[in-house]
Amino acid sequence: MSGGQVSSGPGTDDVGADVDCGSAIHQLYHYLDGELTEQRRSKISEHLDYCAPCASAAGFETELRQIIADKCKDHVPDSLMQRVAQQIDAERCKQVDIDPEREHPE
Amino acid sequence: MADQARFSDLAMEHMPALYSAALRMTRNPSDAEDLVQETYLRAYRGFGSFTEGTNLRAWLYRILTNTYINSYRAAKRRPEIADVEDVEELYLYHRLAPTDGTLSRSAEEEALASFTDDEVKAAIESLPDSFRMAVLLADVEGFSYKEIAEITDVPIGTVMSRIHRGRRALQKALHDFAESRGLVGTAPGRSSE
Repeated sequence: MSGGQVSSGPGTDDVGADVDCGSAIHQLYHYLDGELTEQRRSKISEHLDYCAPCASAAGFETELRQIIADKCKDHVPDSLMQRVAQQIDAERCKQVDIDPEREHPE
Repeated sequence: MADQARFSDLAMEHMPALYSAALRMTRNPSDAEDLVQETYLRAYRGFGSFTEGTNLRAWLYRILTNTYINSYRAAKRRPEIADVEDVEELYLYHRLAPTDGTLSRSAEEEALASFTDDEVKAAIESLPDSFRMAVLLADVEGFSYKEIAEITDVPIGTVMSRIHRGRRALQKALHDFAESRGLVGTAPGRSSE
């Protein structure tokens, strides 16, 4: 998204002011999600550059997200792959037999 | 308008991700397989309404989500409205760094890496439906807030609230696993000796 419609809650309407730790942490998810405006993003980025505790928390959240994504993978059963492929073939044959123009929009 | 003949070439590669999401949503391999199968059937039939070159992955997730909500959630008669406990920001981080000093990079990585696949999956599966879907789409699939709003058909403000609160509840669930293994809750217990 282009950003801009993200409202970051209390304490963040002072875009021109320096970012304190509370505000930085409060906007951390939006920051890590890449959903802040460029102006807010650079403010947080600047804060993380000099604030070790906040940078540490940001590093932790980033690492955690990576761990969650990495550990949430599952092997697709071959039988499922085959069933889906067969189902699509069957559907294609059915459509050719009955009505080639048939459509079922979602 | 997309050509149905190209459906398999374009859509099949997304099955591993869709199957994982289906497993997290249904919490059951047999239902997950049925959900994926139904999703692909609906997607194939409706492929004419998909504009090629736009986001196929998001389009497939939208069908998966709708199919899940219409078929599986209704079938199980789960309550539509559920909430998560209000958990503070940085819940897990604060507990893995009890002295509130900065957590050393290696201790942090070690603690996080110690979570097993099953624990992470169970923690996600412990979230109520709407929070679970939002967290999955954001953190596992990497969709933007706007894409998630389109996939799940809810306003972007609701999406943000679900993602953020869902993440905190997820951290609490992970913390409970860590605690049950004695990883947190007491002194750090790291020794170089």
